[in-house]
Amino acid sequence: MTSESARLRWKTWICAAVVVGSNVSGNFFLKKGMPAELATPLEYITVLFRPMISLGVLLLIVWLASRMALLSWADLSYVLPVTSVGYALVAIAGRVFLHEQISGKRWVGISLIMAGVALVSGGTSPQTTKAAEREHAHAAGAGR
Amino acid sequence: MKWILVGIIVAATTVGEVLQAKGMRHHGEIRFRTGRLGRAVALLARNGYVLASIAAMAVSFFAYLALLTISELSFAVPVTAVTCVLETILAKHVLHEQVSWLRWMGACLVVCGVALVSL
Repeated sequence: MTSESARLRWKTWICAAVVVGSNVSGNFFLKKGMPAELATPLEYITVLFRPMISLGVLLLIVWLASRMALLSWADLSYVLPVTSVGYALVAIAGRVFLHEQISGKRWVGISLIMAGVALVSGGTSPQTTKAAEREHAHAAGAGR
Repeated sequence: MKWILVGIIVAATTVGEVLQAKGMRHHGEIRFRTGRLGRAVALLARNGYVLASIAAMAVSFFAYLALLTISELSFAVPVTAVTCVLETILAKHVLHEQVSWLRWMGACLVVCGVALVSL
């Protein structure tokens, strides 16, 4: 049981890293490729074919797929805070690569987000519902 | 206009992500082996929760594109994190997860952080 939970924890960490990485880079390329305004509804479609935007969309597809995989075993109430580390990284990417201003208030906010992520990822197990279900299934299987 | 878009994004994302979690829970743990992965994709393509979640997330995506044209990236992304608390509430009541006080604390810290980042 302990090796099973260790396997799951590792799998969760790797998958969460892919989720966060693809989300941050995807959002970054979207903003970088975005024009100053989208005047007509058609432009919402044509803008998708700009190289930067396409790359951003591709990365967000990776994000969606990896997030779905992660949610197939991990709780939503675990995935949400843990992948929020992306919010902090996006703000930092905006500062470093797009030269957006980050005020003192924003840095405090980023720190709070990081603290929340650390609390949930370090302090709780990724799964609360399935482990109980699986034990139940095993017990039922052994009884047969 | 900015806050209307934020509202649309938050509503669509919350519905989409809870449906996504429900659909994936229904499917069971994904195993990263070639044969199994293909079968999982085929099964997911017929999973109603997953399809509905993708529709909701498409709405959220286009609203997000619109928001990006009128605001900074370091505003647009963090402000949508309000979904974090809404979804934790739904995770407890709809998905029946055991949300410990550590998880509530974590979700609250994230939202406070987001509020500071977007002010």
